[in-house]
Amino acid sequence: MKLSILGARVIDPSSGLDQITDIHVEACKIVALGAAPAGFTAVDTIDAQGLVAAPGLVDLNVALREPGYSRKGSITSETRAAAAGGVTSLCCPPKTKPVLDTSAVAELILDRAREAGNTKVFPIGALSKGLDGEQLAELVALRDAGCVAFGNGLESFRNTRTLCRALDYAATFDLTVIFNSQDHDLADGGLAHEGPTASFLGLPGIPETAETVALARDLLLVEQTGVRAHFSQLTSARGVALIAQAQARGLKVTADVALYQLILTDEALIDFSSLYHVQPPLRTRADRDGLRAAVKSGVVSAISSHHQPHERDAKLAPFGATEPGISSVELLLPLAMTLVEDGLLDLPTLLARLSAGPADALRLPAGKLTVGGAADIVLFDPKASTVAGETWLSKGENCPFLGHSLPGVVRYTLVDGRITHQA
Amino acid sequence: MTPLDTKRPLQLNDQGQLRHFLSLDGLRRELLTEILDTADSFLEVGARAVKKVPLLRGKTVCNVFFENSTRTRTTFELAAQRLSADVITLNVSTSSASKGETLLDTLRNLEAMAADMFVVRHGDSGAAHFIAEHVCPQVAIINGGDGRHAHPTQGMLDMLTIRRHKGSFENLSVAIVGDILHSRVARSNMLALKTLGCQDIRVIAPKTLLPIGIEQYGVKVYTDMTEGLKDVDVVIMLRLQRERMTGGLLPSEGEFYRLFGLTTARLAGAKPDCIVMHPGPINRGVEIESAVADGPHSVILNQVTYGIAIRMAVLSMAMSGQTAQRQFEQENAQ
Amino acid sequence: MSLPNPADLISQMATRLKTHLAQRDISEPRYIGIRTGGVWVAQALLEELGSDAPLGTLDVSFYRDDFSQNGLHPQVRPSALPFEIEGQHLVLIDDVLMSGRTIRAAMNELFDYGRPASVTLVCLLDLDAAELPIRPNVVGATLSLAAHERVKLSGPELNLELQDLAL
Repeated sequence: MKLSILGARVIDPSSGLDQITDIHVEACKIVALGAAPAGFTAVDTIDAQGLVAAPGLVDLNVALREPGYSRKGSITSETRAAAAGGVTSLCCPPKTKPVLDTSAVAELILDRAREAGNTKVFPIGALSKGLDGEQLAELVALRDAGCVAFGNGLESFRNTRTLCRALDYAATFDLTVIFNSQDHDLADGGLAHEGPTASFLGLPGIPETAETVALARDLLLVEQTGVRAHFSQLTSARGVALIAQAQARGLKVTADVALYQLILTDEALIDFSSLYHVQPPLRTRADRDGLRAAVKSGVVSAISSHHQPHERDAKLAPFGATEPGISSVELLLPLAMTLVEDGLLDLPTLLARLSAGPADALRLPAGKLTVGGAADIVLFDPKASTVAGETWLSKGENCPFLGHSLPGVVRYTLVDGRITHQA
Repeated sequence: MTPLDTKRPLQLNDQGQLRHFLSLDGLRRELLTEILDTADSFLEVGARAVKKVPLLRGKTVCNVFFENSTRTRTTFELAAQRLSADVITLNVSTSSASKGETLLDTLRNLEAMAADMFVVRHGDSGAAHFIAEHVCPQVAIINGGDGRHAHPTQGMLDMLTIRRHKGSFENLSVAIVGDILHSRVARSNMLALKTLGCQDIRVIAPKTLLPIGIEQYGVKVYTDMTEGLKDVDVVIMLRLQRERMTGGLLPSEGEFYRLFGLTTARLAGAKPDCIVMHPGPINRGVEIESAVADGPHSVILNQVTYGIAIRMAVLSMAMSGQTAQRQFEQENAQ
Repeated sequence: MSLPNPADLISQMATRLKTHLAQRDISEPRYIGIRTGGVWVAQALLEELGSDAPLGTLDVSFYRDDFSQNGLHPQVRPSALPFEIEGQHLVLIDDVLMSGRTIRAAMNELFDYGRPASVTLVCLLDLDAAELPIRPNVVGATLSLAAHERVKLSGPELNLELQDLAL
């Protein structure tokens, strides 16, 4: 199959390319940028004038809910939603049922994802068996089955020595460990950022130190063990400051934030709407500003959706009894475009945080537009707007952005040169 | 990005009258005063030979208590009965909840029984909001206490107590003492006092029992009883739960009493005509000395009487606002 | 249509009430005005009678039968009866008798205080529109209004005004 994408503004953040040109695709790969190679005759063409062509987005955390939580979502439904958000590669967290701690589960996920064919899927394996934080999972077997990194989610290791050994073991095989740094005891029982809003609502708080105390410890352990580390879902300004300090002293750690953390603050909780119940929690305006600055400076090199679809009932209860999480992978591009609209980032920088940044953090073969590379491409209209929820593909309708008009419309998502989403 | 539609406050109807009673947040001074005035009228009813008025005849009030409480439940029952409503009380903590039925299912079942009003007490902050918004928008919801968030009828009965003893709020000094952090009563009292124009609201507690950002209520924080009680007109003592001794909030009941207990000696620093209040049940010798609880300054038992009148006022006003809203919507639909 | 002068009516009513009470051998009646207009009328009447008897006031908001349609009156105030009801002869005073529902509510309320020996109903105006079998014993004047007309009493200096809802 030969395809030419004609007249798009092609932006590839990793090479610095930003010009109006053509992209030619053959046999899953980009074969040329600019003039077509000799003898190339396109079977299909996409008239992309007025559109931006960028590397397909890379999302480091999309809960697919399969196996085990079919009422919340499935690999088919959630990867389809991701394609609509401009995503061509995604990582899925290990909190499935059974937990992604065996090759069998990894293989099942990869098989189903291939069948669905909507996006490439890179599983994150459990660092400990059953995410219990006590016994190491078979990391090498999981790597061989396709896991690209290992994490324990918010279920922390209660014993620091055990954690330290897990890091040593991962370092032995150059495996990447993903940290969701949150001190269990400081966060225990908490529902919202410990601050005036939570106090006013009478919701038990999770102090900022729940993040920073654990983060400081984790960074020192990374330094000691030399493990390859990525810090995920940071929420506080002081947290990203710790990352910046570590990077400044030469520690090669990367970090991501949830896109909604760059947009929302804990003030959204004031009516007890469970749509804003997320873990780790939404924090203050100052924290949001700190996260935004870190994304701009590159201390945080990845923006991810941290997509968590839920069935209706999971959110239909008093705030504290609801399940945390926001379903938003489907809006990844237009929601992220609000950061350009707000003047925080220029378009190439935003696209870097959504493609090359996350791909490099976990060493994924994705996030670039290069001749000879996979034709994973998103084409979007930066001038049109998306009304969130006008169409909805995710099984989870737990999205506080529904009804908002957002900048940018994803017109085509291509995975290996094949159209997985068109609007 | 802000939540999409800043809606009209959930607990008010289109004319600004109460249709639910969820919290004191967002209620104007005039409305709080109206509640107090109406309660004054009901207090007079309570002094008659026949203590019952026919206002809510034919209406069904359902008390749904997910947490045990004898006093609040009984005064709500009595209030509803004195308004001639039919009253059912369900202690859900001991029935369906333990069988795994969700809050949603429990309430839908009750709604199907055609109740006109729910009085809800629940351990989760925001439970009453959730019910009013998602479960039964046509049924008036009265918050009988939700988690640490709000206990608005207790707040208003405390205001009625203060007004009946002190006249007005502007020139009063009011001290709230004890476990502010876990107290929905304290939160409702601070909001009510501020709205009603009280200029000197003090809270007295150790840092472990103070919520972060308490300054937003317009209160002054004291960690010393003698200093905090100096020349106050009103002292509101809060109940200290025994379980606060675990988890490092306090070393012992004894030390708390020594530092924050209300004793005759400490009370001597307050104004001579100062009144002492407590939402009950009292822990004698933990937060308050018996001689103070039973002494001439104590209005703790009056609070119970006023509680019935406040609940009658709130029940009838919310039912009234709910009726008006339904009528308004019908007229608009035509 | 011209409205009668309230002061004239009060003086006629005082005479009729005296006769009425004398016929019934009632020497120490208890006067009760229904808030708000009835209280003004009662005050004027007591003055005319030269009586310094205590005046009870009744707020019937809690007893109205239209709660389901109209809700609670926002300015409800306590009723105040500075005397016993049980076994007493009561004179219940209102301004304008229309449907009769206010009087029904007032009597229900009075009976919750006790069992009176008798109730005499006094009204400034009877609009001849009763929906219930209630008739005043003493009335200032009877008026027939068109459907779009209302009378409004202001006080405490009694003043009657005709309002036309059609305008």
